[in-house]
Amino acid sequence: MSRKVLFTLRHAPYGSAIAREALDALLATAVFGQDISVLFMDDGVFQLLPEQAPGGLPQKTLSSSLSALPLYDVEKLYVHAPSLEARGLTRDELALDGLVSLSSEDVATLFSEQDHLLSF
Amino acid sequence: MSTLHTVNKSPFAQQTLTSCINICRAGDALLLIEDGVYGALPSAPTAQALKALVNDRKVHLFALEPDLQARGLNDRISDWVKVVDYSGFVQLSTEHKTVQSWY
Amino acid sequence: MKFALAIYAAPFSVQASQTALHFAQTLLEQGHEVIRVFFYQDGVHTGNQLATPPQDEQDITQAWRALARAHQLDVVVCIATALKRGILNEEEAQRYQQPASNLAPEFTLSGLGQWVEAVVHADRVVTFGA
Repeated sequence: MSRKVLFTLRHAPYGSAIAREALDALLATAVFGQDISVLFMDDGVFQLLPEQAPGGLPQKTLSSSLSALPLYDVEKLYVHAPSLEARGLTRDELALDGLVSLSSEDVATLFSEQDHLLSF
Repeated sequence: MSTLHTVNKSPFAQQTLTSCINICRAGDALLLIEDGVYGALPSAPTAQALKALVNDRKVHLFALEPDLQARGLNDRISDWVKVVDYSGFVQLSTEHKTVQSWY
Repeated sequence: MKFALAIYAAPFSVQASQTALHFAQTLLEQGHEVIRVFFYQDGVHTGNQLATPPQDEQDITQAWRALARAHQLDVVVCIATALKRGILNEEEAQRYQQPASNLAPEFTLSGLGQWVEAVVHADRVVTFGA
């Protein structure tokens, strides 16, 4: 049985473990063959900045792990456009390819299409 | 299909409730829990947006009674906020297809 | 209905841990089925049976243990996030040569696969974040 599951990632990396442990949960869900979508929203869009170098903390680089998502067949990748705009970012400068920009209305539609909503 | 949204952060301190308000659509329900119940105050920065959500966008707005009571808010909340207990929380989660937790 | 609950919030630190407990108790009172409770992130501290709150505070670990016993709940602590936070059962304590274990016997240490399985079979998934 395969379920439509949306991971909504709303937290910035490094300051807390949420982003890292969300990615672990996401990859586990992908390995078990669920129909996954991923939405970066609010401070979650900061996970997508290029040139992250947390070695001095030290922590593992989240953005390089995120770029492995397509290898796990996670290909429905979305970013909330108003969250990017509010932070002075554009989709083209982000570390992940294939991101689809969504308006708030589009996000509401995406929510409505899911079996479960997992929030991190 | 509709969604139950829960919000547990005060709108005086964080943007969580605003983020949720922007995503709610007609038929959804929004339940304020924990520090989220401060969003039921008429003085909250989100008060007008919540009123519009209820009146114009047909979203059902609730606050969790024990969390209001704990914080001394029972008699201070806006009249467009409905109050539910845990039974109501459970019922809302069964009436909507999905639950989105904003924290 | 079949519910799966995910709890990311630490006990004694934030209210979300108590919210989740109330919600689970109410679900069961109303005859719903809780197919799995999955503690993840800081929620794993809920399984620490060495937590010793003062008598006039709620003992949330004991409350979960009692609920789990009363309803034969499947209460799972994520092994990866638990081990690094020092939540170990006896088997893991031996494996890693640690001097003690602390996981309450009503809890199971297991992997994220258990969570995915619960998500697949649940009618509703409810998350309790910090």
